Amino acid sequence: MAPNDEILYDHHHDGIDRRGFLRCMAWAGTGALCVLNGGVLTSYALGRSGDKDKEVKIPKGELAFVQISDSHMGFNKPANPDVVATFQAAIDKINALPIAPEFILHTGDVSHLAKPAEFDNVEQILKSARTSEVFYVPGEHDFVGDEGQQFRERFGKGAQGAGWYSFDKKGVHFVGLVNVANLKAGGLGSLGSEQLEWLEKDVKHLKSSTPLVVFAHIPLWTVYPEWGWGTDDSAQALAYLKRFGSVTVLNGHIHQTMQKVEGNVTFHTACSTAFPQPKPGAAPSPGPMKVPAEQLRTLLGVTDVHYKQGEHALAITDSSLA
Amino acid sequence: MQRNTRVLGMAALAVLGLALASFAGRASAGENPAAPQITIDNFSFTPTTLTVAAGTQVTWVNHDDIPHTVVSEDKTTFKSRALDTDEKFSFTFSKPGTYTYFCSIHPKMTAKVIVH
Repeated sequence: MAPNDEILYDHHHDGIDRRGFLRCMAWAGTGALCVLNGGVLTSYALGRSGDKDKEVKIPKGELAFVQISDSHMGFNKPANPDVVATFQAAIDKINALPIAPEFILHTGDVSHLAKPAEFDNVEQILKSARTSEVFYVPGEHDFVGDEGQQFRERFGKGAQGAGWYSFDKKGVHFVGLVNVANLKAGGLGSLGSEQLEWLEKDVKHLKSSTPLVVFAHIPLWTVYPEWGWGTDDSAQALAYLKRFGSVTVLNGHIHQTMQKVEGNVTFHTACSTAFPQPKPGAAPSPGPMKVPAEQLRTLLGVTDVHYKQGEHALAITDSSLA
Repeated sequence: MQRNTRVLGMAALAVLGLALASFAGRASAGENPAAPQITIDNFSFTPTTLTVAAGTQVTWVNHDDIPHTVVSEDKTTFKSRALDTDEKFSFTFSKPGTYTYFCSIHPKMTAKVIVH
Protein backbone atom coordinates (compact mmCIF):
# COMPACT_ATOMS: atom_id res chain seq x y z
CA MET A 1 0.00 0.00 0.00
CA ALA A 2 1.34 3.43 -0.88
CA PRO A 3 1.61 5.71 2.18
CA ASN A 4 -0.72 8.26 0.62
CA ASP A 5 -3.56 5.73 0.63
CA GLU A 6 -3.69 6.02 4.39
CA ILE A 7 -5.77 8.46 6.36
CA LEU A 8 -4.53 8.91 9.90
CA TYR A 9 -7.04 9.69 12.53
CA ASP A 10 -6.53 9.88 16.24
CA HIS A 11 -8.45 11.26 19.18
CA HIS A 12 -9.52 10.69 22.79
CA HIS A 13 -12.84 11.73 24.24
CA ASP A 14 -16.21 10.66 25.70
CA GLY A 15 -14.68 8.28 28.25
CA ILE A 16 -14.83 5.33 25.88
CA ASP A 17 -11.19 5.79 25.00
CA ARG A 18 -11.73 5.49 21.32
CA ARG A 19 -8.90 5.78 18.89
CA GLY A 20 -9.41 5.36 15.26
CA PHE A 21 -6.98 4.44 12.62
CA LEU A 22 -8.40 4.33 9.16
CA ARG A 23 -6.51 3.01 6.26
CA CYS A 24 -8.44 2.80 3.09
CA MET A 25 -7.28 0.91 0.11
CA ALA A 26 -7.45 1.97 -3.46
CA TRP A 27 -10.43 -0.21 -3.97
CA ALA A 28 -11.31 -1.03 -7.51
CA GLY A 29 -11.31 -4.66 -8.31
CA THR A 30 -9.78 -6.08 -5.15
CA GLY A 31 -12.04 -5.13 -2.27
CA ALA A 32 -11.02 -3.94 1.15
CA LEU A 33 -11.78 -5.31 4.57
CA CYS A 34 -12.17 -2.72 7.31
CA VAL A 35 -12.00 -4.00 10.86
CA LEU A 36 -12.95 -1.82 13.80
CA ASN A 37 -11.66 -3.30 17.02
CA GLY A 38 -11.67 -1.49 20.35
CA GLY A 39 -11.81 1.76 18.46
CA VAL A 40 -9.04 0.98 16.03
CA LEU A 41 -10.20 0.68 12.46
CA THR A 42 -7.87 -0.86 9.93
CA SER A 43 -8.38 -2.03 6.41
CA TYR A 44 -6.70 -4.89 4.66
CA ALA A 45 -6.49 -5.81 1.03
CA LEU A 46 -8.71 -8.67 0.01
CA GLY A 47 -6.92 -10.78 -2.51
CA ARG A 48 -8.67 -11.96 -5.60
CA SER A 49 -9.99 -15.49 -5.41
CA GLY A 50 -7.42 -17.92 -4.06
CA ASP A 51 -5.25 -15.32 -2.38
CA LYS A 52 -6.12 -16.59 1.10
CA ASP A 53 -2.97 -15.31 2.82
CA LYS A 54 -4.09 -11.74 2.67
CA GLU A 55 -7.57 -12.39 3.95
CA VAL A 56 -8.40 -11.64 7.56
CA LYS A 57 -9.99 -14.39 9.59
CA ILE A 58 -13.15 -13.20 11.24
CA PRO A 59 -13.76 -14.52 14.76
CA LYS A 60 -16.85 -16.62 15.37
CA GLY A 61 -19.81 -15.76 17.57
CA GLU A 62 -20.60 -12.37 16.13
CA LEU A 63 -23.35 -10.76 14.16
CA ALA A 64 -22.72 -10.94 10.45
CA PHE A 65 -24.85 -9.24 7.84
CA VAL A 66 -24.49 -8.12 4.27
CA GLN A 67 -25.35 -4.85 2.58
CA ILE A 68 -26.40 -4.85 -1.06
CA SER A 69 -27.42 -1.76 -2.96
CA ASP A 70 -28.62 -0.22 -6.18
CA SER A 71 -29.78 -3.36 -7.96
CA HIS A 72 -31.63 -1.07 -10.45
CA MET A 73 -33.68 -4.00 -11.67
CA GLY A 74 -35.00 -3.04 -15.10
CA PHE A 75 -31.89 -1.14 -16.22
CA ASN A 76 -30.72 -2.53 -19.56
CA LYS A 77 -28.27 -0.02 -21.04
CA PRO A 78 -24.49 -0.06 -21.45
CA ALA A 79 -22.39 -1.09 -19.58
CA ASN A 80 -24.78 -3.68 -18.11
CA PRO A 81 -27.53 -5.09 -20.31
CA ASP A 82 -28.10 -7.91 -17.80
CA VAL A 83 -28.64 -6.62 -14.25
CA VAL A 84 -30.42 -9.88 -13.39
CA ALA A 85 -27.19 -11.80 -13.94
CA THR A 86 -25.07 -9.43 -11.87
CA PHE A 87 -27.67 -9.37 -9.08
CA GLN A 88 -27.68 -13.16 -9.09
CA ALA A 89 -23.86 -13.08 -8.99
CA ALA A 90 -24.07 -10.88 -5.89
CA ILE A 91 -26.38 -13.39 -4.21
CA ASP A 92 -24.03 -16.23 -5.21
CA LYS A 93 -21.19 -14.27 -3.64
CA ILE A 94 -23.19 -13.93 -0.42
CA ASN A 95 -24.07 -17.62 -0.44
CA ALA A 96 -20.38 -18.48 -0.76
CA LEU A 97 -19.40 -16.53 2.39
CA PRO A 98 -17.92 -18.67 5.16
CA ILE A 99 -20.61 -17.44 7.58
CA ALA A 100 -24.24 -17.15 6.47
CA PRO A 101 -25.32 -13.57 7.12
CA GLU A 102 -28.03 -13.09 9.73
CA PHE A 103 -29.82 -10.79 7.30
CA ILE A 104 -29.33 -8.65 4.23
CA LEU A 105 -29.77 -4.88 4.09
CA HIS A 106 -30.76 -3.48 0.71
CA THR A 107 -29.97 0.23 0.69
CA GLY A 108 -32.29 1.21 -2.12
CA ASP A 109 -32.78 1.68 -5.83
CA VAL A 110 -34.08 -1.86 -5.71
CA SER A 111 -35.81 -1.10 -9.02
CA HIS A 112 -34.96 1.19 -11.91
CA LEU A 113 -38.47 2.54 -12.54
CA ALA A 114 -40.56 1.26 -9.59
CA LYS A 115 -42.38 -1.22 -11.85
CA PRO A 116 -44.08 -4.20 -10.19
CA ALA A 117 -42.14 -6.67 -12.36
CA GLU A 118 -38.85 -5.11 -11.29
CA PHE A 119 -39.67 -5.48 -7.60
CA ASP A 120 -40.95 -9.03 -8.25
CA ASN A 121 -37.68 -9.96 -9.89
CA VAL A 122 -35.57 -8.77 -6.97
CA GLU A 123 -37.77 -10.54 -4.44
CA GLN A 124 -37.65 -13.72 -6.47
CA ILE A 125 -33.85 -13.73 -6.78
CA LEU A 126 -33.41 -12.90 -3.11
CA LYS A 127 -35.32 -16.07 -2.23
CA SER A 128 -32.16 -17.97 -3.18
CA ALA A 129 -30.07 -16.01 -0.65
CA ARG A 130 -28.77 -17.98 2.31
CA THR A 131 -30.22 -15.69 4.95
CA SER A 132 -33.44 -15.42 6.93
CA GLU A 133 -34.40 -11.79 6.43
CA VAL A 134 -34.01 -8.86 4.08
CA PHE A 135 -34.46 -5.26 5.21
CA TYR A 136 -34.98 -2.50 2.67
CA VAL A 137 -34.84 1.26 2.49
CA PRO A 138 -35.95 2.97 -0.71
CA GLY A 139 -33.93 4.85 -3.29
CA GLU A 140 -35.34 7.67 -5.40
CA HIS A 141 -35.92 5.25 -8.28
CA ASP A 142 -38.22 3.19 -6.04
CA PHE A 143 -40.33 6.31 -5.44
CA VAL A 144 -40.89 7.16 -9.12
CA GLY A 145 -44.53 7.82 -9.91
CA ASP A 146 -46.19 6.96 -6.59
CA GLU A 147 -43.87 8.44 -3.94
CA GLY A 148 -43.11 4.96 -2.69
CA GLN A 149 -46.61 3.63 -2.06
CA GLN A 150 -45.92 0.33 -3.79
CA PHE A 151 -42.48 0.05 -2.20
CA ARG A 152 -43.95 0.45 1.28
CA GLU A 153 -46.67 -2.11 0.58
CA ARG A 154 -44.02 -4.66 -0.40
CA PHE A 155 -41.04 -3.88 1.82
CA GLY A 156 -42.19 -1.44 4.47
CA LYS A 157 -44.69 -3.38 6.59
CA GLY A 158 -44.78 -1.85 10.05
CA ALA A 159 -42.64 1.10 9.00
CA GLN A 160 -43.48 4.69 9.89
CA GLY A 161 -44.09 7.73 7.70
CA ALA A 162 -42.38 7.43 4.32
CA GLY A 163 -40.99 4.04 5.39
CA TRP A 164 -38.49 4.49 8.26
CA TYR A 165 -38.07 1.94 11.06
CA SER A 166 -35.65 0.48 13.58
CA PHE A 167 -34.88 -2.94 15.06
CA ASP A 168 -32.38 -4.62 17.39
CA LYS A 169 -30.13 -7.60 16.70
CA LYS A 170 -27.66 -9.02 19.23
CA GLY A 171 -27.28 -5.76 21.08
CA VAL A 172 -26.89 -3.63 17.96
CA HIS A 173 -29.57 -1.04 17.19
CA PHE A 174 -30.38 -0.70 13.47
CA VAL A 175 -32.15 2.33 12.03
CA GLY A 176 -33.46 2.42 8.44
CA LEU A 177 -34.04 5.97 7.21
CA VAL A 178 -35.75 7.35 4.10
CA ASN A 179 -34.07 10.35 2.46
CA VAL A 180 -35.69 10.17 -0.98
CA ALA A 181 -39.23 11.38 -0.17
CA ASN A 182 -40.54 14.88 -0.92
CA LEU A 183 -37.38 15.99 -2.69
CA LYS A 184 -37.37 19.69 -3.50
CA ALA A 185 -36.20 21.48 -6.63
CA GLY A 186 -32.48 22.21 -6.33
CA GLY A 187 -32.11 20.22 -3.10
CA LEU A 188 -30.22 17.13 -1.97
CA GLY A 189 -31.60 14.08 -0.18
CA SER A 190 -33.97 14.97 2.63
CA LEU A 191 -35.10 13.33 5.87
CA GLY A 192 -37.73 15.90 6.88
CA SER A 193 -38.79 17.10 10.31
CA GLU A 194 -41.22 14.26 11.04
CA GLN A 195 -38.55 11.61 10.55
CA LEU A 196 -35.96 13.59 12.50
CA GLU A 197 -38.34 13.84 15.46
CA TRP A 198 -38.95 10.12 15.25
CA LEU A 199 -35.19 9.41 15.17
CA GLU A 200 -34.56 11.58 18.22
CA LYS A 201 -37.19 9.62 20.16
CA ASP A 202 -36.06 6.27 18.76
CA VAL A 203 -32.50 6.53 20.11
CA LYS A 204 -33.31 8.46 23.29
CA HIS A 205 -33.80 5.41 25.50
CA LEU A 206 -30.59 3.68 24.34
CA LYS A 207 -27.36 3.55 26.34
CA SER A 208 -24.47 5.46 24.77
CA SER A 209 -22.56 2.19 24.61
CA THR A 210 -25.14 0.64 22.25
CA PRO A 211 -23.60 0.17 18.81
CA LEU A 212 -25.73 1.84 16.14
CA VAL A 213 -26.01 1.02 12.47
CA VAL A 214 -27.90 3.62 10.45
CA PHE A 215 -28.72 2.80 6.85
CA ALA A 216 -30.29 4.96 4.13
CA HIS A 217 -30.00 5.28 0.37
CA ILE A 218 -28.41 8.67 -0.28
CA PRO A 219 -25.21 9.30 1.69
CA LEU A 220 -25.79 10.98 5.06
CA TRP A 221 -22.54 12.88 4.59
CA THR A 222 -21.79 15.33 1.84
CA VAL A 223 -19.92 13.40 -0.81
CA TYR A 224 -20.48 15.70 -3.80
CA PRO A 225 -23.42 18.13 -3.63
CA GLU A 226 -22.99 19.17 -7.28
CA TRP A 227 -24.31 15.71 -8.18
CA GLY A 228 -26.82 15.58 -5.36
CA TRP A 229 -24.63 13.19 -3.36
CA GLY A 230 -25.58 14.27 0.14
CA THR A 231 -28.57 14.87 2.43
CA ASP A 232 -29.67 18.41 3.29
CA ASP A 233 -30.66 17.75 6.91
CA SER A 234 -28.31 14.87 7.80
CA ALA A 235 -26.36 17.05 10.29
CA GLN A 236 -29.47 17.15 12.49
CA ALA A 237 -29.76 13.37 12.42
CA LEU A 238 -26.08 12.92 13.24
CA ALA A 239 -26.42 15.33 16.17
CA TYR A 240 -28.83 12.85 17.80
CA LEU A 241 -26.20 10.11 17.39
CA LYS A 242 -23.26 12.08 18.74
CA ARG A 243 -23.29 10.60 22.24
CA PHE A 244 -22.96 7.03 20.97
CA GLY A 245 -19.58 5.35 21.07
CA SER A 246 -19.98 3.37 17.86
CA VAL A 247 -22.05 4.53 14.90
CA THR A 248 -21.84 2.97 11.45
CA VAL A 249 -23.66 4.68 8.59
CA LEU A 250 -24.28 2.54 5.51
CA ASN A 251 -25.42 4.15 2.26
CA GLY A 252 -25.67 3.43 -1.46
CA HIS A 253 -26.68 5.76 -4.30
CA ILE A 254 -23.21 6.63 -5.60
CA HIS A 255 -22.43 3.15 -6.99
CA GLN A 256 -18.91 3.03 -5.58
CA THR A 257 -17.34 2.42 -2.19
CA MET A 258 -16.25 5.35 -0.14
CA GLN A 259 -15.44 5.57 3.53
CA LYS A 260 -14.93 8.34 6.05
CA VAL A 261 -14.55 8.47 9.82
CA GLU A 262 -15.75 11.47 11.78
CA GLY A 263 -15.63 11.22 15.56
CA ASN A 264 -17.22 7.90 16.45
CA VAL A 265 -19.09 7.69 13.17
CA THR A 266 -17.91 5.53 10.30
CA PHE A 267 -19.58 6.36 6.99
CA HIS A 268 -19.52 3.79 4.26
CA THR A 269 -21.10 3.54 0.82
CA ALA A 270 -21.56 0.26 -1.03
CA CYS A 271 -21.15 -0.65 -4.67
CA SER A 272 -24.10 -1.21 -6.95
CA THR A 273 -24.87 -4.67 -8.24
CA ALA A 274 -25.98 -3.11 -11.56
CA PHE A 275 -23.63 -0.46 -12.95
CA PRO A 276 -20.73 1.72 -11.74
CA GLN A 277 -20.84 5.51 -11.56
CA PRO A 278 -17.88 7.86 -12.03
CA LYS A 279 -15.83 9.30 -9.19
CA PRO A 280 -17.16 12.69 -8.02
CA GLY A 281 -16.61 15.28 -10.73
CA ALA A 282 -14.70 12.85 -12.96
CA ALA A 283 -17.36 13.00 -15.73
CA PRO A 284 -19.85 15.60 -17.01
CA SER A 285 -22.64 13.83 -15.12
CA PRO A 286 -23.18 10.97 -12.66
CA GLY A 287 -24.65 8.80 -15.44
CA PRO A 288 -23.67 5.12 -15.75
CA MET A 289 -19.97 4.57 -16.36
CA LYS A 290 -19.45 2.63 -19.57
CA VAL A 291 -16.70 0.12 -19.01
CA PRO A 292 -15.50 -2.88 -21.03
CA ALA A 293 -17.55 -6.01 -20.33
CA GLU A 294 -14.59 -7.82 -18.76
CA GLN A 295 -14.13 -4.96 -16.29
CA LEU A 296 -17.78 -4.58 -15.25
CA ARG A 297 -17.87 -7.09 -12.42
CA THR A 298 -14.74 -5.65 -10.81
CA LEU A 299 -16.74 -2.44 -10.28
CA LEU A 300 -19.85 -4.06 -8.83
CA GLY A 301 -20.06 -5.68 -5.45
CA VAL A 302 -21.49 -6.48 -2.05
CA THR A 303 -20.58 -5.33 1.46
CA ASP A 304 -20.18 -7.75 4.31
CA VAL A 305 -20.41 -6.44 7.90
CA HIS A 306 -19.44 -8.24 11.11
CA TYR A 307 -20.02 -7.14 14.66
CA LYS A 308 -18.27 -8.78 17.56
CA GLN A 309 -20.33 -8.53 20.69
CA GLY A 310 -18.88 -6.72 23.69
CA GLU A 311 -15.79 -5.58 21.87
CA HIS A 312 -17.08 -2.63 19.87
CA ALA A 313 -15.82 -4.45 16.86
CA LEU A 314 -17.24 -3.89 13.45
CA ALA A 315 -15.69 -5.15 10.29
CA ILE A 316 -16.76 -3.91 6.89
CA THR A 317 -15.71 -5.91 3.86
CA ASP A 318 -16.33 -4.87 0.29
CA SER A 319 -15.91 -7.47 -2.35
CA SER A 320 -16.34 -7.14 -6.07
CA LEU A 321 -18.34 -9.56 -8.20
CA ALA A 322 -15.27 -10.40 -10.27
CA MET B 1 -5.27 29.70 -48.48
CA GLN B 2 -5.80 26.28 -47.00
CA ARG B 3 -7.08 27.90 -43.80
CA ASN B 4 -9.59 30.02 -45.72
CA THR B 5 -10.91 26.96 -47.45
CA ARG B 6 -11.40 25.25 -44.12
CA VAL B 7 -13.24 28.26 -42.67
CA LEU B 8 -15.47 28.41 -45.72
CA GLY B 9 -16.05 24.68 -45.42
CA MET B 10 -17.10 25.05 -41.78
CA ALA B 11 -19.41 27.93 -42.66
CA ALA B 12 -21.02 25.81 -45.33
CA LEU B 13 -21.45 22.97 -42.87
CA ALA B 14 -22.99 25.33 -40.34
CA VAL B 15 -25.47 26.60 -42.91
CA LEU B 16 -26.28 23.05 -43.91
CA GLY B 17 -26.68 22.19 -40.21
CA LEU B 18 -29.08 25.06 -39.66
CA ALA B 19 -31.08 24.08 -42.72
CA LEU B 20 -31.26 20.49 -41.51
CA ALA B 21 -32.18 21.56 -37.98
CA SER B 22 -35.01 23.77 -39.17
CA PHE B 23 -36.20 21.04 -41.51
CA ALA B 24 -36.07 18.48 -38.65
CA GLY B 25 -37.87 20.90 -36.34
CA ARG B 26 -40.65 21.43 -38.85
CA ALA B 27 -40.89 17.75 -39.63
CA SER B 28 -41.25 16.61 -35.99
CA ALA B 29 -43.45 19.44 -34.76
CA GLY B 30 -46.31 18.48 -37.04
CA GLU B 31 -49.01 21.14 -37.15
CA ASN B 32 -47.24 23.61 -34.90
CA PRO B 33 -44.00 24.76 -36.53
CA ALA B 34 -42.90 26.83 -33.51
CA ALA B 35 -43.19 24.02 -30.89
CA PRO B 36 -40.11 24.41 -28.74
CA GLN B 37 -38.20 21.47 -27.35
CA ILE B 38 -36.11 21.18 -24.19
CA THR B 39 -33.52 18.44 -24.19
CA ILE B 40 -32.12 16.50 -21.26
CA ASP B 41 -28.46 15.57 -21.66
CA ASN B 42 -25.93 14.76 -18.94
CA PHE B 43 -28.39 15.45 -16.13
CA SER B 44 -29.16 18.99 -17.43
CA PHE B 45 -32.10 20.71 -19.09
CA THR B 46 -31.20 22.73 -22.22
CA PRO B 47 -32.01 25.55 -22.49
CA THR B 48 -32.07 26.29 -18.77
CA THR B 49 -34.43 29.20 -19.43
CA LEU B 50 -36.96 29.05 -22.24
CA THR B 51 -39.23 31.98 -23.05
CA VAL B 52 -42.49 31.30 -24.89
CA ALA B 53 -45.83 32.96 -25.60
CA ALA B 54 -48.90 31.88 -23.66
CA GLY B 55 -50.60 28.92 -25.31
CA THR B 56 -47.34 27.34 -26.45
CA GLN B 57 -46.81 23.62 -26.12
CA VAL B 58 -43.33 22.76 -24.83
CA THR B 59 -41.87 19.28 -25.27
CA TRP B 60 -39.07 17.73 -23.23
CA VAL B 61 -37.01 14.81 -24.51
CA ASN B 62 -34.64 12.73 -22.41
CA HIS B 63 -31.40 11.80 -24.18
CA ASP B 64 -29.74 10.31 -21.07
CA ASP B 65 -29.55 6.59 -20.43
CA ILE B 66 -30.99 7.21 -16.96
CA PRO B 67 -34.67 8.12 -16.46
CA HIS B 68 -35.64 11.66 -15.55
CA THR B 69 -38.88 13.45 -14.76
CA VAL B 70 -40.16 16.95 -15.49
CA VAL B 71 -42.03 18.32 -12.47
CA SER B 72 -43.08 21.90 -11.71
CA GLU B 73 -41.63 23.30 -8.49
CA ASP B 74 -45.10 23.22 -6.86
CA LYS B 75 -45.38 19.56 -7.99
CA THR B 76 -48.96 20.13 -9.20
CA THR B 77 -48.92 22.40 -12.29
CA PHE B 78 -47.27 19.71 -14.39
CA LYS B 79 -45.66 16.38 -13.63
CA SER B 80 -44.38 13.83 -16.13
CA ARG B 81 -44.04 10.14 -15.50
CA ALA B 82 -40.47 8.80 -15.56
CA LEU B 83 -39.05 9.42 -19.03
CA ASP B 84 -36.74 6.67 -20.15
CA THR B 85 -34.21 7.20 -22.92
CA ASP B 86 -35.67 9.23 -25.83
CA GLU B 87 -39.11 9.45 -24.22
CA LYS B 88 -40.95 12.76 -24.38
CA PHE B 89 -43.31 14.82 -22.29
CA SER B 90 -45.33 17.85 -23.43
CA PHE B 91 -47.16 20.58 -21.57
CA THR B 92 -49.07 23.58 -22.89
CA PHE B 93 -48.46 26.78 -20.93
CA SER B 94 -51.71 28.70 -21.05
CA LYS B 95 -51.04 31.35 -18.39
CA PRO B 96 -48.17 33.86 -18.28
CA GLY B 97 -45.66 33.46 -15.48
CA THR B 98 -42.32 31.94 -14.52
CA TYR B 99 -42.44 28.19 -14.13
CA THR B 100 -39.48 26.64 -12.34
CA TYR B 101 -39.30 22.90 -12.73
CA PHE B 102 -36.97 20.04 -11.78
CA CYS B 103 -36.34 16.33 -12.07
CA SER B 104 -37.89 14.68 -9.03
CA ILE B 105 -35.40 11.81 -9.26
CA HIS B 106 -32.37 14.12 -9.47
CA PRO B 107 -33.60 17.35 -7.83
CA LYS B 108 -30.30 19.14 -8.51
CA MET B 109 -31.57 19.38 -12.10
CA THR B 110 -33.59 22.59 -12.31
CA ALA B 111 -34.60 24.98 -15.11
CA LYS B 112 -37.45 27.36 -15.95
CA VAL B 113 -39.96 28.32 -18.59
CA ILE B 114 -41.01 31.97 -18.79
CA VAL B 115 -44.41 32.48 -20.36
CA HIS B 116 -45.44 35.91 -21.75
